[in-house]
Amino acid sequence: MKYTIIGNSTAAVACIEGIRTIDKSGEITVISDEKHHCYGRPTISYCLMGAISRENMKYRPDDFYVKNNVNALLGVRALSIDPSEKCVTLSDGGKVFYDKLLVATGSRPFVPAMEGLDGVKNKFSFMTMDDMDGLEKVLSPKKKVLVIGAGLIGLKCVEGIADRVGQITVVDLADRILPSILDAEGAAIIQRQLEGKGVKFILNDCAAKFEGKKVTLKNSGQEIPFDILVVAVGVRANTELVKNAGGEVNRGIIVDTHMRTSIPDIYSAGDCAEGYDSSIGANRVLALLPNAYFQGRVAGINMAGGEAEQTNAIPMNAIGFFGSHILTAAVYEGECISHIQGDIYKKLFVKDSRLVGFILINDFLRAGIYTQLVRDKVDLGTVDFELLKNAPQLLAYPLGVRKQKLAKKV
Amino acid sequence: MKRIFVNEEWCLGCHMCEYECMFANSGLDEMFKLKGRTGEFVPRIQVEGGEKSPVHFAVNCRHCTGAICVQSCIAGALSRTDDGMVVIDKQKCVGCFTCVLVCPFGAIMPGPDGKSAQKCMLCTDNLIGEPNCVKHCPNNAIVYEERD
Repeated sequence: MKYTIIGNSTAAVACIEGIRTIDKSGEITVISDEKHHCYGRPTISYCLMGAISRENMKYRPDDFYVKNNVNALLGVRALSIDPSEKCVTLSDGGKVFYDKLLVATGSRPFVPAMEGLDGVKNKFSFMTMDDMDGLEKVLSPKKKVLVIGAGLIGLKCVEGIADRVGQITVVDLADRILPSILDAEGAAIIQRQLEGKGVKFILNDCAAKFEGKKVTLKNSGQEIPFDILVVAVGVRANTELVKNAGGEVNRGIIVDTHMRTSIPDIYSAGDCAEGYDSSIGANRVLALLPNAYFQGRVAGINMAGGEAEQTNAIPMNAIGFFGSHILTAAVYEGECISHIQGDIYKKLFVKDSRLVGFILINDFLRAGIYTQLVRDKVDLGTVDFELLKNAPQLLAYPLGVRKQKLAKKV
Repeated sequence: MKRIFVNEEWCLGCHMCEYECMFANSGLDEMFKLKGRTGEFVPRIQVEGGEKSPVHFAVNCRHCTGAICVQSCIAGALSRTDDGMVVIDKQKCVGCFTCVLVCPFGAIMPGPDGKSAQKCMLCTDNLIGEPNCVKHCPNNAIVYEERD
């Protein structure tokens, strides 16, 4: 069996590991336009702030490809897929044939059209190791940084460079920071904390015009000087390879719960894929690292002839800034049980006798007990929810369930 | 692989396992030296059930077969050894606590400095070599053995 994987990040690694649980000898080829050994993409901010070494960014050990008998074609781009010939054409002119193909092409930064942007010299996205390297070269203690986008990527970049530059200003069109994971009250806590570190925020606004090292904002008309620009407005799934091959795509590459695309023998996983999100009961792109792994593994097992399905995916995030931690899951609707005290912020959302989501800021120990209730859609009538409101604990489960969890191999 | 299993009927809630865990991972040569310093360590095993609770039991890493923490780790800091133990590489951990977000047992937690996660590695990462919590449990409320 010939397996080909386009991409070399989380979903690709997971696919390899999934395949190898079943097929120890099939031929695996990985194609990636990045030259690097697989690395944890979200670790780029931690490397910039000196929390981990560059060497330790490796997502798997040095011998990963050898040990798994993978032919890694790094630094070469997949240009097209021909589903009838079952082959992938490469940027170096080569062709790679497949019996089963995984498209794990991830996403790319979305950079909206902004007047004068082309004339900005030091501008960066913040998604890859190359982005990190480029940005690091221009960091210096006196430089002013402008970050467009107060989402997860923009603010992790802020944390990564805060101690290595002068002033940082963050601009976002939304009315709050981290709008994808936080409500207004929760966002205010984190914003206050970041402001305490000297970060300046301008919300409800966006860039109208760049002129060299200056931006004019659209709504407030303010002019902000900067030396370095980071654009972190959003991402777009890399769907083109599958789309051009005739596969069904929406915002992402549409996959079923087995990670199959609409084209036979082609699978997709990770940030490029639009799979089933059980928290909303519909397909959508869940661009988060754990989900990329879950999907990649499911794809790999199925590609190798096994049986795996992903039916319980939910949005979930763990992210921190300067010692604060935010852990969130799924949807914020239904009855809200909240506990807010200073910088501690805890909200549980209950609907139809299920825990459907939560926001935990700075009080997050054992949060995974909540996450499992959400993922498994546990009927809260079967657990002691009064105990759980206070703190996540296994004591809330009945004895028989606890025994399954703690007195057996799991 | 041998794992730690819970006999909750026999757990007195004495918290001895927590102290033995802290001691095993403290690098100290005598248990009494923990006196006054327990705030510097975080046990990797935790007893559930408060003083008034009729039920108590200790929880630490289950070393799950399809460990979701390993699958979710954004840095590749969590992995499984060939014999199935889930281990963490502190040098690689960035302290995002995605593992805390996904562990269904609540068995992985920030270490004492808050900058990286810690978990039970069955005392293979300290000088004791075998689970110290089990060794000193007065009631066999936790045992270290093979089970299906």
